[in-house]
Amino acid sequence: MFAVQANGHEVTTVEGLAVNQQLHPVQEGFKDEHGLQCGFCTPGMMMSAVALLNENLNPTEDEVRWALAGNLCRCTGYQNIVKAVLWAAAKMRGEADPAAAVAGYAESDDSAAFAEAVVSEASAESAAEESTHEAGEA
Amino acid sequence: MALDEIKIGGLGASRRRVEDNRFIRGKGNYVDDVALPGMLHMEVLRSPMAHARIKSIDTSAAYAIPGVRMVMTGEMMAARNLAWMPTLSYDTQAVLATDKVRFQGQEVAAVIADDPYIARDGVEAIVVEYEPLAPVVNPEQAMSDDAPLIRDDKVGQSDNVVFDWEVGDREATDRAFADADVVSEIDLHYPRSHPSPIEACGSVADYDRATGKLTVYITSQAPHIVRAAVSLVAEIPEHQIRIIAPDLGGGFGNKVPVYPGYVISILASILLEKPVKWIEDKTGNLISTGFGRDIYLKGKMALRKDGKILGVRMDTVSDHGAFFADAQPSKFKIGLMHSAFACYDIPNAYLTNRGVYTTKAPGGVAYRCSFRVTEAMFFQERMVQAAADDLGMDQAEFRRVNFVKDDDFPKRTPFGFLTDSGQYEKCLQLGLDAIDYEGFLKEKEEAKKNGRLLGIGISTMTEPLGAGNSREYDILGIKMFDSAELRVHMTGKAILRTGAKTQGQGHETTWAQIVAHELGIPAEDIIVEEGDTDTAPFGMGTYASRSTPVAGAAVSMVSRKIRAKARKIAAHLLEVSDEDIEWELGRFYVRGAQDRGVTIQECAMAAYSNVPDGMEPGLENNAYYDPPNLTWPFGCYIATVEVDPGTGVWDVLRLVAVDDCGVRINPMIVEGQIMGGLTEAYAMANMQFITFDADGNCVGSNYMDYLLPTAWETPGFELHEVVTPCPHHPIGAKGVGECATVGGPAAFVNAVMDAVKDTGVKNIDMPLLPDRVYEALQTGDDISGAPPVKNL
Repeated sequence: MFAVQANGHEVTTVEGLAVNQQLHPVQEGFKDEHGLQCGFCTPGMMMSAVALLNENLNPTEDEVRWALAGNLCRCTGYQNIVKAVLWAAAKMRGEADPAAAVAGYAESDDSAAFAEAVVSEASAESAAEESTHEAGEA
Repeated sequence: MALDEIKIGGLGASRRRVEDNRFIRGKGNYVDDVALPGMLHMEVLRSPMAHARIKSIDTSAAYAIPGVRMVMTGEMMAARNLAWMPTLSYDTQAVLATDKVRFQGQEVAAVIADDPYIARDGVEAIVVEYEPLAPVVNPEQAMSDDAPLIRDDKVGQSDNVVFDWEVGDREATDRAFADADVVSEIDLHYPRSHPSPIEACGSVADYDRATGKLTVYITSQAPHIVRAAVSLVAEIPEHQIRIIAPDLGGGFGNKVPVYPGYVISILASILLEKPVKWIEDKTGNLISTGFGRDIYLKGKMALRKDGKILGVRMDTVSDHGAFFADAQPSKFKIGLMHSAFACYDIPNAYLTNRGVYTTKAPGGVAYRCSFRVTEAMFFQERMVQAAADDLGMDQAEFRRVNFVKDDDFPKRTPFGFLTDSGQYEKCLQLGLDAIDYEGFLKEKEEAKKNGRLLGIGISTMTEPLGAGNSREYDILGIKMFDSAELRVHMTGKAILRTGAKTQGQGHETTWAQIVAHELGIPAEDIIVEEGDTDTAPFGMGTYASRSTPVAGAAVSMVSRKIRAKARKIAAHLLEVSDEDIEWELGRFYVRGAQDRGVTIQECAMAAYSNVPDGMEPGLENNAYYDPPNLTWPFGCYIATVEVDPGTGVWDVLRLVAVDDCGVRINPMIVEGQIMGGLTEAYAMANMQFITFDADGNCVGSNYMDYLLPTAWETPGFELHEVVTPCPHHPIGAKGVGECATVGGPAAFVNAVMDAVKDTGVKNIDMPLLPDRVYEALQTGDDISGAPPVKNL
């Protein structure tokens, strides 16, 4: 998105994640699951993860990978980042042992269907916008 | 009671990282975080032409912009003898172009201004008149009779050849080919690729006229090399130069060379007497800085019909761009390319390499390459695949027949390396079992009946990591030892500094684990610092996976020196003689009276308060480690893929990796390195490369053209381990950071080639783009990816 699109919105950056020295579960998850190496992509990765988890506390691996596809990382190969986000989701759901929840995760074998669903959702949205726009013009 | 080594964060502990505490809070300290009072900002003007004479440069419009302080040109630098600088390969490189430009993106001028936006405006206001010359985008053009002379600045240079190099026994290898039952051949191009770390390069140069001291914050994997280079080039005495490499956002070899931008920012700071910050953008990074690979192979293998390799011949040509600028050990012009085939028992081998100049960015040694070993092992495993196919032999069986056997070590390779340890067959079998090799071969046959194309690819290799021993290894004459300095405070806490420079590998966490292992001091009690040449002991930096083998060994050795002194202190405290002292993790005790002991912390306190007569107080030491040999980790990477015959798109079904890197200091960090490397391997095999069109335009200088895999494309990885300790390393460790990048690409490529085997196609150059795979499926022809790129 362009910076100007944030006008009028509340913007949270990584410095706003921890509250009173208490780390956000996403921050804890990234440390516990080794979801960072050089650290340079980490603030952006974590904020994208927070945005995802604010909408969906039960993401599948595919949903996590899709949500983070706009954040590039050259160090980790993403696998531990995915685990970090799933760890945080488990913690935010109140599970006592988030690491155990992550150890048991299975890769979704339905990536193609997931991708199709995303594409058809996007075209439904843009069709709705178009008809709203036309209605507005009339 | 000995301490529990895992509990105190010693060897084998998956200790959570110290570095993370600041990174997860957004409190990293990267070069662009550095803000000094009065700091100015620098932007570079880059050439749009690949090869052209500079007729004029008009900077007047730039100077007219308020806030522009200086416009640096080649002429200004030449007046101070700084327009050219020596490279790490005994060539010279332009800092700012004077006579002509020699690659698209080359630095032509620089604007220093009050803020980065004014600097950018200033750059756009400079008018340069170019007179175009013919571009040269591949070695064939470089060596043709009517090629333009690119390096007409070099006295005595009459063509575009940089060097010719050879190794091995040509006559014996020729005889092996004469005796062969089958000769297998394969030609291919390993394309230019680029590390593209998320943080690009940059510097903040700060010259203080009052003290005469130059401080440079810089994105460098080798700060001591930079200090040496700057003292040579800028003629400032070495002790008045302080190079600080703070947190680095990835390196991968991209941050080893000394770039023109650094030198210009230093001169600007000296002239303006203000700090000058230069942060390059993504395009600057991709178009001008140290790339990796761009090398051609003609490979031939002499084979006996039972599968035994009788001889190997590799004729290679490397494309170095406009300047021979990268870092490799000076005796080995093409790096350690001749480590190819080290895991196989080959009686005869011969390798040649010709290096050429082209009108492209300078480099070649980068991107987790272990000094050209990425090229060596990709060539090796593509040749091995071709050979097994030509013999009609199973891929795994062919490797088994030719592997060096476990009890054959130490083994001298025909190219002169000495491998010392490994369990190659065990690793291969572990990988084959994990991927269910036999099962997949059946699945592949079944799928074929339904018109589906499945493939499996194996890549196995051992590589030399830990450059290197002083007899054979140096860069610009400086030997490649490394160092560690350890000071233990009175309460038993400690600070450790090394000559390495972490860029995400986790040294602050792992070096402390080695000290914990040697001294029983909990890892959390040990601070680790790297990167400041005023405080760090001299080292050649972190690249080529040399840090655990060399700096890590130094950490172990300095800890042992400390333990030796602490032992004498313990004897004094316990009032016995040295000979009666025993050690267990964390404490010394009296032989035969285990409950009579002192902890290492008590010894530390005594070092400041109660040393024996004649002993110097304090508890600190340093170690400079000259490794006796390189270390030899082994990797087995197996990929399964499905190729869509209608589109040429291929998907990874599974990737199994078996890594044997000896003793693992921190298993979690080792696995992180492997997964990062596998992702680079996938990227190069699937989508990522830099190429050039017929006019010399760089295709791949932005993320629209240079494709990095995201979390969505990147496959998952299944990791396995074998541990064969290194016989000469103090803690039995081997390097590992680059193994997956070195061995990984061939696994993916071999898998896709296996899937399309029935068409008869032998080679598709990386990246195996859908249109290349599709064309191969349609025609059965080999697909070359060498520049110039076909019409876009």
